Amino acid sequence: MPTADILPLRSQSLDFTGPFSAALLSPDVATPTLVTGPRGKRAEKRYSVYRNNVTVSLIAALTSIFPAVERITGPDFFRAMARFHVRETPPTSPLLFEYGRDFPGFIDRYEYAQDMPWLSDVARIERLWLDSYHAADAPTLEADVLSAVPPEDLARLTFRPHPATRLMSSAHPVVSVFAMNRSAGPVGRIEDRPEVGLITRIDDEVAVRRLAPGNAAFLNMLLGGQCLAAAVAGAFEAEPAFDLPSAIGEMIASGAFSHIETESDHVEHV
Amino acid sequence: MAQAEMTSSILGTETLPRFPTISPAGQAGTSFKPEHLTAIFAANDRRGFFEVHAENYMGAGGPPHRALERVRRDYPISLHGVCMSLGGPQPLDRQHLARFKSLVDRYQPALVSEHLAWSTHVNTYLNDLLPLPYTPATLSHVCDHVDEMQAAIGRPILLENPSTYVLFSDSSMSETEFIREISRRTGCGLLLDINNVFVSATNHGFSALDYLADFPLSKVGEIHLAGHAEQEDDEGDLLLIDSHDGPVADAVWRLYEMVIVRCGSIPTLIEWDSQIPDWPVLRAEALAAQAILDRQRNAREPSHAHG
Repeated sequence: MPTADILPLRSQSLDFTGPFSAALLSPDVATPTLVTGPRGKRAEKRYSVYRNNVTVSLIAALTSIFPAVERITGPDFFRAMARFHVRETPPTSPLLFEYGRDFPGFIDRYEYAQDMPWLSDVARIERLWLDSYHAADAPTLEADVLSAVPPEDLARLTFRPHPATRLMSSAHPVVSVFAMNRSAGPVGRIEDRPEVGLITRIDDEVAVRRLAPGNAAFLNMLLGGQCLAAAVAGAFEAEPAFDLPSAIGEMIASGAFSHIETESDHVEHV
Repeated sequence: MAQAEMTSSILGTETLPRFPTISPAGQAGTSFKPEHLTAIFAANDRRGFFEVHAENYMGAGGPPHRALERVRRDYPISLHGVCMSLGGPQPLDRQHLARFKSLVDRYQPALVSEHLAWSTHVNTYLNDLLPLPYTPATLSHVCDHVDEMQAAIGRPILLENPSTYVLFSDSSMSETEFIREISRRTGCGLLLDINNVFVSATNHGFSALDYLADFPLSKVGEIHLAGHAEQEDDEGDLLLIDSHDGPVADAVWRLYEMVIVRCGSIPTLIEWDSQIPDWPVLRAEALAAQAILDRQRNAREPSHAHG
Protein backbone atom coordinates (compact mmCIF):
# COMPACT_ATOMS: atom_id res chain seq x y z
CA MET A 1 0.00 0.00 0.00
CA PRO A 2 1.37 3.49 -0.77
CA THR A 3 2.50 5.24 2.33
CA ALA A 4 3.10 8.89 3.08
CA ASP A 5 6.72 8.42 4.14
CA ILE A 6 7.90 7.70 0.58
CA LEU A 7 6.58 11.01 -0.69
CA PRO A 8 9.60 13.12 0.36
CA LEU A 9 11.87 10.57 -1.33
CA ARG A 10 9.95 10.97 -4.56
CA SER A 11 10.48 14.69 -4.84
CA GLN A 12 14.25 14.36 -4.40
CA SER A 13 15.25 11.44 -6.54
CA LEU A 14 12.64 10.99 -9.22
CA ASP A 15 13.02 14.07 -11.30
CA PHE A 16 14.16 12.32 -14.46
CA THR A 17 11.13 13.07 -16.61
CA GLY A 18 11.76 16.83 -16.61
CA PRO A 19 15.35 16.66 -17.92
CA PHE A 20 14.52 13.75 -20.21
CA SER A 21 11.53 15.43 -21.84
CA ALA A 22 13.03 18.93 -22.10
CA ALA A 23 14.81 18.17 -25.35
CA LEU A 24 12.22 15.85 -26.93
CA LEU A 25 10.38 18.60 -28.79
CA SER A 26 13.23 21.09 -28.92
CA PRO A 27 15.84 20.23 -31.55
CA ASP A 28 18.19 22.92 -30.24
CA VAL A 29 18.34 21.55 -26.70
CA ALA A 30 21.24 19.15 -26.10
CA THR A 31 20.82 15.48 -25.26
CA PRO A 32 20.11 15.23 -21.52
CA THR A 33 23.17 14.31 -19.49
CA LEU A 34 21.35 11.72 -17.40
CA VAL A 35 21.28 9.25 -20.31
CA THR A 36 24.14 7.35 -21.88
CA GLY A 37 24.94 4.47 -24.22
CA PRO A 38 26.36 1.21 -22.89
CA ARG A 39 30.03 1.15 -21.79
CA GLY A 40 30.43 4.87 -22.21
CA LYS A 41 29.05 5.07 -25.74
CA ARG A 42 27.51 8.35 -26.81
CA ALA A 43 23.77 8.87 -26.50
CA GLU A 44 23.02 11.54 -29.16
CA LYS A 45 21.68 9.29 -31.91
CA ARG A 46 20.13 6.99 -29.35
CA TYR A 47 18.23 9.83 -27.68
CA SER A 48 17.26 11.11 -31.13
CA VAL A 49 15.20 7.96 -31.60
CA TYR A 50 12.89 9.29 -28.89
CA ARG A 51 12.88 12.81 -30.38
CA ASN A 52 11.96 11.27 -33.70
CA ASN A 53 9.28 8.96 -32.26
CA VAL A 54 7.56 11.82 -30.45
CA THR A 55 7.60 14.34 -33.30
CA VAL A 56 6.87 11.93 -36.14
CA SER A 57 4.05 10.15 -34.30
CA LEU A 58 2.38 13.44 -33.39
CA ILE A 59 2.70 14.71 -36.97
CA ALA A 60 1.15 11.39 -38.05
CA ALA A 61 -1.70 11.99 -35.60
CA LEU A 62 -2.40 15.38 -37.19
CA THR A 63 -2.15 13.85 -40.67
CA SER A 64 -4.78 11.28 -39.79
CA ILE A 65 -7.11 13.92 -38.32
CA PHE A 66 -6.66 16.42 -41.20
CA PRO A 67 -6.32 14.39 -44.45
CA ALA A 68 -8.10 16.97 -46.62
CA VAL A 69 -5.78 19.74 -45.40
CA GLU A 70 -2.83 17.48 -46.20
CA ARG A 71 -4.13 16.77 -49.70
CA ILE A 72 -4.61 20.48 -50.35
CA THR A 73 -1.17 21.52 -49.12
CA GLY A 74 0.74 18.43 -50.23
CA PRO A 75 2.56 16.17 -47.76
CA ASP A 76 5.79 18.20 -47.47
CA PHE A 77 4.02 21.49 -46.72
CA PHE A 78 1.72 19.71 -44.27
CA ARG A 79 4.57 17.98 -42.45
CA ALA A 80 6.46 21.23 -42.01
CA MET A 81 3.36 23.05 -40.79
CA ALA A 82 2.39 20.19 -38.46
CA ARG A 83 5.94 20.01 -37.05
CA PHE A 84 5.78 23.67 -36.00
CA HIS A 85 2.41 23.05 -34.36
CA VAL A 86 3.47 19.86 -32.57
CA ARG A 87 6.46 21.67 -31.06
CA GLU A 88 4.40 24.71 -30.09
CA THR A 89 1.30 22.86 -28.86
CA PRO A 90 1.90 19.21 -28.00
CA PRO A 91 -1.13 17.22 -26.84
CA THR A 92 -2.30 17.46 -23.24
CA SER A 93 -4.44 14.32 -23.35
CA PRO A 94 -3.32 10.74 -24.03
CA LEU A 95 -6.42 10.42 -26.23
CA LEU A 96 -4.93 11.46 -29.56
CA PHE A 97 -8.34 11.67 -31.22
CA GLU A 98 -8.78 14.78 -29.07
CA TYR A 99 -5.63 16.38 -30.48
CA GLY A 100 -5.55 19.15 -33.08
CA ARG A 101 -8.18 21.49 -31.64
CA ASP A 102 -5.69 24.37 -31.82
CA PHE A 103 -4.45 23.44 -35.28
CA PRO A 104 -7.01 25.54 -37.25
CA GLY A 105 -6.02 28.62 -35.25
CA PHE A 106 -2.37 27.82 -35.89
CA ILE A 107 -3.06 27.59 -39.63
CA ASP A 108 -4.65 31.06 -39.48
CA ARG A 109 -1.36 32.40 -38.10
CA TYR A 110 0.98 30.24 -40.19
CA GLU A 111 2.99 32.51 -42.46
CA TYR A 112 3.10 30.16 -45.44
CA ALA A 113 -0.66 29.46 -45.41
CA GLN A 114 -1.70 33.11 -45.74
CA ASP A 115 -2.64 32.73 -49.42
CA MET A 116 -5.15 29.98 -48.48
CA PRO A 117 -7.52 31.90 -46.17
CA TRP A 118 -10.05 29.04 -46.34
CA LEU A 119 -7.58 26.37 -45.23
CA SER A 120 -8.20 26.77 -41.50
CA ASP A 121 -11.94 26.26 -41.99
CA VAL A 122 -11.25 23.00 -43.83
CA ALA A 123 -9.24 21.99 -40.75
CA ARG A 124 -12.14 23.06 -38.51
CA ILE A 125 -14.63 20.90 -40.36
CA GLU A 126 -12.22 17.93 -40.28
CA ARG A 127 -11.84 18.36 -36.53
CA LEU A 128 -15.66 18.41 -36.19
CA TRP A 129 -15.85 15.27 -38.36
CA LEU A 130 -13.69 13.42 -35.81
CA ASP A 131 -15.73 14.75 -32.89
CA SER A 132 -18.83 13.42 -34.58
CA TYR A 133 -17.15 10.05 -35.21
CA HIS A 134 -16.33 9.51 -31.52
CA ALA A 135 -19.43 11.16 -29.99
CA ALA A 136 -21.76 9.19 -27.73
CA ASP A 137 -24.27 6.79 -29.24
CA ALA A 138 -27.92 7.78 -29.34
CA PRO A 139 -30.97 6.92 -31.43
CA THR A 140 -31.84 9.15 -34.37
CA LEU A 141 -35.22 10.81 -34.56
CA GLU A 142 -37.58 8.96 -36.92
CA ALA A 143 -40.18 10.67 -39.10
CA ASP A 144 -43.08 8.76 -37.54
CA VAL A 145 -42.24 10.14 -34.09
CA LEU A 146 -42.63 13.62 -35.48
CA SER A 147 -45.80 12.86 -37.42
CA ALA A 148 -47.41 11.45 -34.26
CA VAL A 149 -47.20 14.84 -32.51
CA PRO A 150 -50.63 16.51 -32.25
CA PRO A 151 -50.75 19.52 -34.62
CA GLU A 152 -51.49 21.94 -31.78
CA ASP A 153 -48.18 20.96 -30.07
CA LEU A 154 -45.98 21.37 -33.13
CA ALA A 155 -45.20 25.07 -32.85
CA ARG A 156 -43.67 24.78 -29.36
CA LEU A 157 -41.79 21.58 -30.05
CA THR A 158 -38.06 21.51 -29.37
CA PHE A 159 -35.53 18.86 -30.37
CA ARG A 160 -32.61 17.26 -28.64
CA PRO A 161 -29.51 17.25 -30.87
CA HIS A 162 -27.85 13.89 -31.46
CA PRO A 163 -24.50 13.92 -29.61
CA ALA A 164 -22.68 13.53 -32.95
CA THR A 165 -24.27 16.58 -34.61
CA ARG A 166 -22.21 19.68 -35.40
CA LEU A 167 -22.96 22.76 -37.52
CA MET A 168 -20.32 24.95 -39.07
CA SER A 169 -20.64 28.26 -40.94
CA SER A 170 -17.80 29.49 -43.07
CA ALA A 171 -17.16 32.52 -45.25
CA HIS A 172 -15.65 30.02 -47.72
CA PRO A 173 -16.91 26.94 -49.62
CA VAL A 174 -15.67 24.70 -46.82
CA VAL A 175 -18.05 21.79 -47.42
CA SER A 176 -17.28 21.61 -51.13
CA VAL A 177 -13.52 21.78 -50.54
CA PHE A 178 -13.74 19.19 -47.76
CA ALA A 179 -15.84 16.77 -49.83
CA MET A 180 -13.65 17.08 -52.91
CA ASN A 181 -10.43 16.50 -50.99
CA ARG A 182 -11.77 13.57 -48.99
CA SER A 183 -12.94 11.75 -52.12
CA ALA A 184 -10.76 9.68 -54.39
CA GLY A 185 -11.65 11.79 -57.46
CA PRO A 186 -9.74 14.67 -59.00
CA VAL A 187 -9.93 18.15 -57.51
CA GLY A 188 -10.87 21.27 -59.44
CA ARG A 189 -11.63 24.94 -58.91
CA ILE A 190 -14.45 25.92 -56.59
CA GLU A 191 -16.09 29.34 -56.63
CA ASP A 192 -15.42 31.21 -53.39
CA ARG A 193 -18.70 31.64 -51.49
CA PRO A 194 -19.96 31.17 -47.94
CA GLU A 195 -21.15 27.69 -47.00
CA VAL A 196 -22.77 26.07 -43.98
CA GLY A 197 -21.96 22.43 -43.22
CA LEU A 198 -24.01 20.01 -41.13
CA ILE A 199 -22.03 17.10 -39.69
CA THR A 200 -24.04 14.15 -38.42
CA ARG A 201 -23.61 10.45 -37.75
CA ILE A 202 -26.27 8.07 -38.94
CA ASP A 203 -25.92 4.27 -39.04
CA ASP A 204 -22.37 4.78 -37.74
CA GLU A 205 -21.32 6.81 -40.79
CA VAL A 206 -20.31 10.44 -40.40
CA ALA A 207 -21.90 12.56 -43.12
CA VAL A 208 -21.19 16.18 -44.03
CA ARG A 209 -23.83 18.03 -45.99
CA ARG A 210 -24.01 21.56 -47.33
CA LEU A 211 -27.12 23.38 -46.14
CA ALA A 212 -29.15 25.88 -48.16
CA PRO A 213 -29.34 29.24 -46.31
CA GLY A 214 -32.94 28.75 -45.09
CA ASN A 215 -32.29 25.20 -43.88
CA ALA A 216 -29.09 26.37 -42.22
CA ALA A 217 -30.93 29.04 -40.23
CA PHE A 218 -33.70 26.57 -39.39
CA LEU A 219 -31.39 23.83 -38.11
CA ASN A 220 -29.09 26.26 -36.37
CA MET A 221 -32.00 27.57 -34.30
CA LEU A 222 -33.34 24.10 -33.54
CA LEU A 223 -29.86 22.91 -32.50
CA GLY A 224 -29.67 25.97 -30.25
CA GLY A 225 -32.83 24.82 -28.46
CA GLN A 226 -35.34 27.20 -30.08
CA CYS A 227 -38.83 25.86 -30.70
CA LEU A 228 -40.11 24.87 -34.13
CA ALA A 229 -42.17 28.04 -34.63
CA ALA A 230 -39.17 30.26 -33.85
CA ALA A 231 -36.95 28.25 -36.16
CA VAL A 232 -39.44 28.51 -39.03
CA ALA A 233 -39.71 32.28 -38.53
CA GLY A 234 -35.93 32.59 -38.43
CA ALA A 235 -35.58 30.51 -41.58
CA PHE A 236 -38.02 32.70 -43.55
CA GLU A 237 -36.16 35.75 -42.35
CA ALA A 238 -32.91 34.30 -43.67
CA GLU A 239 -34.44 32.98 -46.89
CA PRO A 240 -37.86 34.15 -48.14
CA ALA A 241 -38.05 31.07 -50.39
CA PHE A 242 -37.51 28.73 -47.36
CA ASP A 243 -39.14 25.35 -48.03
CA LEU A 244 -40.34 23.88 -44.72
CA PRO A 245 -41.17 20.32 -45.89
CA SER A 246 -37.76 19.98 -47.49
CA ALA A 247 -36.09 21.30 -44.33
CA ILE A 248 -38.01 18.81 -42.18
CA GLY A 249 -36.98 16.09 -44.63
CA GLU A 250 -33.32 17.06 -44.34
CA MET A 251 -33.60 17.25 -40.57
CA ILE A 252 -34.86 13.64 -40.41
CA ALA A 253 -32.65 12.21 -43.15
CA SER A 254 -29.49 13.69 -41.65
CA GLY A 255 -30.10 12.20 -38.22
CA ALA A 256 -29.27 15.54 -36.61
CA PHE A 257 -31.61 14.99 -33.67
CA SER A 258 -32.25 12.12 -31.28
CA HIS A 259 -35.50 13.03 -29.57
CA ILE A 260 -38.33 15.51 -29.55
CA GLU A 261 -38.87 17.33 -26.33
CA THR A 262 -42.08 18.82 -25.05
CA GLU A 263 -42.27 22.07 -23.17
CA SER A 264 -42.77 20.21 -19.87
CA ASP A 265 -39.36 18.51 -20.36
CA HIS A 266 -37.80 21.95 -20.34
CA VAL A 267 -39.59 23.00 -17.20
CA GLU A 268 -38.24 19.86 -15.56
CA HIS A 269 -34.71 20.72 -16.56
CA VAL A 270 -34.73 24.29 -15.28
CA MET B 1 -31.07 13.57 -19.08
CA ALA B 2 -28.72 13.80 -22.03
CA GLN B 3 -25.82 13.77 -19.58
CA ALA B 4 -27.17 10.74 -17.79
CA GLU B 5 -27.61 8.92 -21.06
CA MET B 6 -24.11 9.74 -22.18
CA THR B 7 -22.68 8.48 -18.91
CA SER B 8 -24.61 5.26 -19.10
CA SER B 9 -23.46 4.67 -22.64
CA ILE B 10 -19.83 5.22 -21.62
CA LEU B 11 -20.06 3.04 -18.57
CA GLY B 12 -22.40 0.56 -20.18
CA THR B 13 -24.44 0.40 -16.98
CA GLU B 14 -27.78 0.12 -18.70
CA THR B 15 -26.92 -1.88 -21.77
CA LEU B 16 -23.83 -3.75 -20.63
CA PRO B 17 -23.34 -6.29 -23.40
CA ARG B 18 -23.07 -9.87 -22.24
CA PHE B 19 -20.05 -11.39 -23.89
CA PRO B 20 -19.09 -15.04 -23.74
CA THR B 21 -16.06 -16.04 -21.70
CA ILE B 22 -13.49 -17.22 -24.24
CA SER B 23 -9.99 -18.21 -23.17
CA PRO B 24 -6.90 -17.28 -25.17
CA ALA B 25 -4.97 -20.17 -23.57
CA GLY B 26 -2.65 -21.81 -26.07
CA GLN B 27 -3.65 -19.29 -28.76
CA ALA B 28 -1.75 -16.93 -31.01
CA GLY B 29 -3.43 -13.60 -31.83
CA THR B 30 -2.75 -10.32 -33.56
CA SER B 31 -3.24 -6.61 -33.07
CA PHE B 32 -6.77 -5.72 -34.16
CA LYS B 33 -6.88 -3.24 -37.03
CA PRO B 34 -10.36 -2.01 -38.04
CA GLU B 35 -9.42 -2.26 -41.73
CA HIS B 36 -9.16 -6.04 -41.26
CA LEU B 37 -12.65 -6.47 -39.75
CA THR B 38 -14.38 -7.70 -42.91
CA ALA B 39 -11.54 -10.05 -43.86
CA ILE B 40 -11.37 -11.50 -40.34
CA PHE B 41 -15.02 -12.46 -40.38
CA ALA B 42 -14.93 -13.62 -44.00
CA ALA B 43 -12.15 -16.06 -43.04
CA ASN B 44 -14.44 -17.46 -40.33
CA ASP B 45 -11.56 -18.86 -38.31
CA ARG B 46 -12.55 -18.87 -34.68
CA ARG B 47 -9.08 -19.52 -33.31
CA GLY B 48 -6.86 -16.76 -32.00
CA PHE B 49 -7.46 -13.55 -30.12
CA PHE B 50 -7.15 -9.82 -30.75
CA GLU B 51 -5.37 -7.08 -28.89
CA VAL B 52 -6.45 -3.45 -28.96
CA HIS B 53 -4.80 -0.31 -27.65
CA ALA B 54 -7.17 0.76 -24.91
CA GLU B 55 -6.90 4.47 -25.74
CA ASN B 56 -8.35 3.99 -29.22
CA TYR B 57 -11.61 2.86 -27.63
CA MET B 58 -11.95 5.61 -25.05
CA GLY B 59 -14.25 7.74 -27.17
CA ALA B 60 -17.83 7.99 -25.93
CA GLY B 61 -19.35 6.05 -28.82
CA GLY B 62 -19.36 5.53 -32.57
CA PRO B 63 -17.84 3.03 -35.01
CA PRO B 64 -14.82 1.97 -32.87
CA HIS B 65 -17.17 0.50 -30.28
CA ARG B 66 -19.29 -1.27 -32.92
CA ALA B 67 -16.15 -2.92 -34.31
CA LEU B 68 -14.84 -3.96 -30.90
CA GLU B 69 -18.25 -5.33 -29.85
CA ARG B 70 -18.31 -7.36 -33.05
CA VAL B 71 -14.84 -8.81 -32.42
CA ARG B 72 -15.51 -9.44 -28.74
CA ARG B 73 -18.61 -11.52 -29.47
CA ASP B 74 -16.48 -14.19 -31.18
CA TYR B 75 -12.94 -13.78 -29.82
CA PRO B 76 -11.12 -13.14 -26.57
CA ILE B 77 -9.61 -9.69 -26.48
CA SER B 78 -6.52 -8.33 -24.84
CA LEU B 79 -6.78 -4.73 -23.63
CA HIS B 80 -3.35 -3.17 -23.96
CA GLY B 81 -2.83 0.25 -22.40
CA VAL B 82 -0.14 2.42 -23.94
CA CYS B 83 -0.28 5.65 -21.95
CA MET B 84 -0.99 5.08 -18.27
CA SER B 85 2.54 6.41 -17.63
CA LEU B 86 3.12 3.89 -14.81
CA GLY B 87 6.87 4.57 -14.99
CA GLY B 88 6.70 8.31 -14.39
CA PRO B 89 6.95 9.97 -10.99
CA GLN B 90 3.77 12.02 -11.22
CA PRO B 91 0.44 10.71 -9.92
CA LEU B 92 -1.59 8.61 -12.33
CA ASP B 93 -4.32 10.45 -14.22
CA ARG B 94 -7.49 9.57 -12.28
CA GLN B 95 -9.70 10.33 -15.25
CA HIS B 96 -7.65 7.98 -17.40
CA LEU B 97 -7.87 5.24 -14.77
CA ALA B 98 -11.65 5.63 -14.70
CA ARG B 99 -11.82 5.41 -18.50
CA PHE B 100 -9.65 2.30 -18.42
CA LYS B 101 -11.86 0.69 -15.79
CA SER B 102 -15.01 1.38 -17.78
CA LEU B 103 -13.44 -0.35 -20.81
CA VAL B 104 -12.51 -3.37 -18.69
CA ASP B 105 -16.06 -3.51 -17.35
CA ARG B 106 -17.61 -3.08 -20.77
CA TYR B 107 -15.53 -5.54 -22.80
CA GLN B 108 -14.47 -8.06 -20.14
CA PRO B 109 -11.05 -8.64 -21.74
CA ALA B 110 -9.24 -11.92 -21.19
CA LEU B 111 -5.93 -10.06 -20.79
CA VAL B 112 -5.12 -6.56 -19.53
CA SER B 113 -1.66 -5.06 -19.85
CA GLU B 114 0.38 -1.87 -19.58
CA HIS B 115 3.99 -0.82 -20.06
CA LEU B 116 6.99 -0.25 -17.86
CA ALA B 117 7.40 3.24 -19.32
CA TRP B 118 6.14 6.79 -19.04
CA SER B 119 4.60 9.11 -21.60
CA THR B 120 3.27 12.16 -19.77
CA HIS B 121 5.33 14.96 -18.21
CA VAL B 122 3.26 17.49 -16.25
CA ASN B 123 0.51 18.20 -18.80
CA THR B 124 2.31 17.19 -21.97
CA TYR B 125 1.47 13.85 -23.51
CA LEU B 126 4.54 12.75 -25.47
CA ASN B 127 3.02 9.74 -27.28
CA ASP B 128 6.02 7.47 -26.85
CA LEU B 129 7.02 4.76 -24.37
CA LEU B 130 9.85 6.56 -22.59
CA PRO B 131 12.46 4.85 -20.41
CA LEU B 132 13.16 5.21 -16.70
CA PRO B 133 16.17 4.67 -14.44
CA TYR B 134 16.09 1.48 -12.39
CA THR B 135 16.66 2.46 -8.76
CA PRO B 136 15.04 1.58 -5.42
CA ALA B 137 13.21 4.92 -5.56
CA THR B 138 11.75 4.44 -9.05
CA LEU B 139 10.90 0.83 -8.15
CA SER B 140 8.87 2.02 -5.21
CA HIS B 141 6.84 4.52 -7.20
CA VAL B 142 6.23 2.11 -10.11
CA CYS B 143 4.94 -0.43 -7.58
CA ASP B 144 2.60 2.20 -6.14
CA HIS B 145 1.30 2.92 -9.63
CA VAL B 146 0.78 -0.74 -10.47
CA ASP B 147 -1.02 -1.20 -7.14
CA GLU B 148 -3.20 1.81 -7.90
CA MET B 149 -4.07 0.63 -11.39
CA GLN B 150 -4.86 -2.90 -10.24
CA ALA B 151 -7.05 -1.55 -7.44
CA ALA B 152 -8.84 0.79 -9.85
CA ILE B 153 -9.71 -1.88 -12.41
CA GLY B 154 -10.22 -4.66 -9.86
CA ARG B 155 -7.85 -7.18 -11.40
CA PRO B 156 -4.14 -7.80 -11.90
CA ILE B 157 -2.39 -6.46 -14.97
CA LEU B 158 0.43 -7.83 -17.08
CA LEU B 159 3.37 -5.41 -17.14
CA GLU B 160 5.41 -5.30 -20.36
CA ASN B 161 9.20 -5.08 -20.50
CA PRO B 162 10.35 -2.12 -22.62
CA SER B 163 12.61 -1.75 -25.63
CA THR B 164 15.13 1.01 -24.95
CA TYR B 165 17.75 3.02 -26.81
CA VAL B 166 19.52 4.74 -23.90
CA LEU B 167 20.59 3.80 -20.38
CA PHE B 168 20.50 5.99 -17.26
CA SER B 169 23.73 6.66 -15.42
CA ASP B 170 21.67 6.53 -12.20
CA SER B 171 20.39 2.98 -12.67
CA SER B 172 21.49 0.66 -9.89
CA MET B 173 19.39 -2.41 -10.70
CA SER B 174 19.15 -4.60 -13.76
CA GLU B 175 15.92 -4.51 -15.74
CA THR B 176 15.12 -8.14 -14.94
CA GLU B 177 15.72 -7.56 -11.22
CA PHE B 178 13.53 -4.44 -11.38
CA ILE B 179 10.71 -6.26 -13.14
CA ARG B 180 10.92 -9.33 -10.90
CA GLU B 181 10.64 -7.09 -7.86
CA ILE B 182 7.59 -5.24 -9.26
CA SER B 183 5.84 -8.53 -9.86
CA ARG B 184 6.77 -9.79 -6.40
CA ARG B 185 5.59 -6.66 -4.61
CA THR B 186 2.39 -5.98 -6.57
CA GLY B 187 1.34 -9.46 -7.66
CA CYS B 188 1.14 -8.28 -11.26
CA GLY B 189 1.79 -10.71 -14.08
CA LEU B 190 4.18 -9.97 -16.90
CA LEU B 191 3.90 -9.47 -20.61
CA LEU B 192 7.15 -10.65 -22.13
CA ASP B 193 7.89 -8.82 -25.38
CA ILE B 194 10.61 -10.94 -26.94
CA ASN B 195 11.26 -8.44 -29.72
CA ASN B 196 11.84 -5.82 -27.02
CA VAL B 197 14.33 -8.14 -25.32
CA PHE B 198 16.17 -8.64 -28.61
CA VAL B 199 16.10 -4.91 -29.47
CA SER B 200 17.41 -3.85 -26.03
CA ALA B 201 20.00 -6.65 -25.95
CA THR B 202 21.37 -5.55 -29.33
CA ASN B 203 21.27 -1.87 -28.43
CA HIS B 204 22.99 -2.27 -25.09
CA GLY B 205 25.29 -5.17 -25.88
CA PHE B 206 23.93 -7.77 -23.47
CA SER B 207 22.86 -11.33 -24.16
CA ALA B 208 19.17 -11.88 -24.83
CA LEU B 209 19.61 -15.43 -23.55
CA ASP B 210 21.03 -14.20 -20.25
CA TYR B 211 18.15 -11.73 -19.96
CA LEU B 212 15.59 -14.47 -20.53
CA ALA B 213 17.40 -16.78 -18.09
CA ASP B 214 17.08 -14.09 -15.43
CA PHE B 215 13.50 -13.08 -16.32
CA PRO B 216 10.72 -14.40 -14.02
CA LEU B 217 9.16 -16.50 -16.79
CA SER B 218 6.70 -18.15 -14.40
CA LYS B 219 4.88 -14.80 -14.16
CA VAL B 220 4.45 -14.37 -17.91
CA GLY B 221 0.80 -14.36 -19.00
CA GLU B 222 1.30 -13.13 -22.55
CA ILE B 223 4.07 -12.86 -25.10
CA HIS B 224 4.51 -10.15 -27.73
CA LEU B 225 6.35 -10.63 -31.01
CA ALA B 226 6.93 -7.84 -33.52
CA GLY B 227 9.21 -6.63 -36.26
CA HIS B 228 12.02 -4.12 -35.79
CA ALA B 229 14.03 -1.78 -38.02
CA GLU B 230 17.77 -1.14 -38.19
CA GLN B 231 19.66 2.12 -37.67
CA GLU B 232 23.10 3.08 -36.40
CA ASP B 233 24.22 4.61 -33.14
CA ASP B 234 26.84 7.40 -32.81
CA GLU B 235 29.65 4.85 -33.10
CA GLY B 236 28.22 3.37 -36.29
CA ASP B 237 27.08 0.19 -34.54
CA LEU B 238 23.71 -1.43 -35.10
CA LEU B 239 20.84 0.25 -33.25
CA LEU B 240 17.51 -1.59 -33.48
CA ILE B 241 14.24 0.31 -33.49
CA ASP B 242 11.07 -1.27 -32.10
CA SER B 243 9.08 -0.25 -35.16
CA HIS B 244 6.23 -2.82 -35.33
CA ASP B 245 6.18 -2.32 -39.10
CA GLY B 246 7.21 -5.69 -40.49
CA PRO B 247 7.50 -9.42 -39.94
CA VAL B 248 9.09 -10.91 -36.83
CA ALA B 249 12.85 -11.42 -37.23
CA ASP B 250 14.30 -14.95 -37.37
CA ALA B 251 16.37 -14.40 -34.23
CA VAL B 252 13.23 -13.38 -32.34
CA TRP B 253 11.38 -16.50 -33.55
CA ARG B 254 14.27 -18.62 -32.21
CA LEU B 255 14.14 -16.95 -28.80
CA TYR B 256 10.38 -17.38 -28.80
CA GLU B 257 10.52 -21.08 -29.52
CA MET B 258 13.07 -21.49 -26.75
CA VAL B 259 10.79 -19.72 -24.25
CA ILE B 260 7.80 -21.83 -25.29
CA VAL B 261 9.77 -25.05 -25.01
CA ARG B 262 10.84 -24.01 -21.53
CA CYS B 263 7.49 -22.62 -20.30
CA GLY B 264 4.80 -24.37 -22.30
CA SER B 265 2.24 -22.51 -24.32
CA ILE B 266 1.59 -18.87 -23.41
CA PRO B 267 -0.90 -16.67 -25.31
CA THR B 268 1.18 -14.99 -27.99
CA LEU B 269 0.46 -11.84 -29.92
CA ILE B 270 1.87 -10.52 -33.17
CA GLU B 271 2.06 -6.72 -33.02
CA TRP B 272 2.00 -4.90 -36.32
CA ASP B 273 1.08 -1.22 -35.98
CA SER B 274 2.42 0.60 -39.00
CA GLN B 275 2.73 -0.23 -42.69
CA ILE B 276 -0.07 -2.63 -41.82
CA PRO B 277 -0.32 -5.50 -44.31
CA ASP B 278 -3.45 -7.23 -45.61
CA TRP B 279 -5.08 -9.62 -43.18
CA PRO B 280 -3.66 -12.85 -44.71
CA VAL B 281 -0.08 -11.60 -44.15
CA LEU B 282 -0.71 -10.70 -40.52
CA ARG B 283 -2.66 -13.91 -39.97
CA ALA B 284 0.22 -15.95 -41.41
CA GLU B 285 2.52 -14.50 -38.74
CA ALA B 286 0.03 -15.53 -36.06
CA LEU B 287 -0.25 -19.00 -37.59
CA ALA B 288 3.54 -19.35 -37.46
CA ALA B 289 3.38 -18.64 -33.71
CA GLN B 290 0.40 -20.97 -33.40
CA ALA B 291 2.41 -23.79 -35.00
CA ILE B 292 5.11 -23.38 -32.35
CA LEU B 293 2.48 -23.37 -29.58
CA ASP B 294 0.77 -26.45 -31.02
CA ARG B 295 4.04 -28.31 -31.44
CA GLN B 296 4.87 -27.72 -27.82
CA ARG B 297 1.41 -28.73 -26.64
CA ASN B 298 1.59 -31.97 -28.63
CA ALA B 299 5.05 -32.69 -27.28
CA ARG B 300 3.80 -32.26 -23.72
CA GLU B 301 0.51 -34.08 -24.12
CA PRO B 302 1.76 -37.65 -23.34
CA SER B 303 2.82 -36.53 -19.88
CA HIS B 304 -0.64 -35.03 -19.26
CA ALA B 305 -2.86 -38.02 -19.92
CA HIS B 306 -5.94 -36.21 -18.67
CA GLY B 307 -5.12 -32.96 -20.45
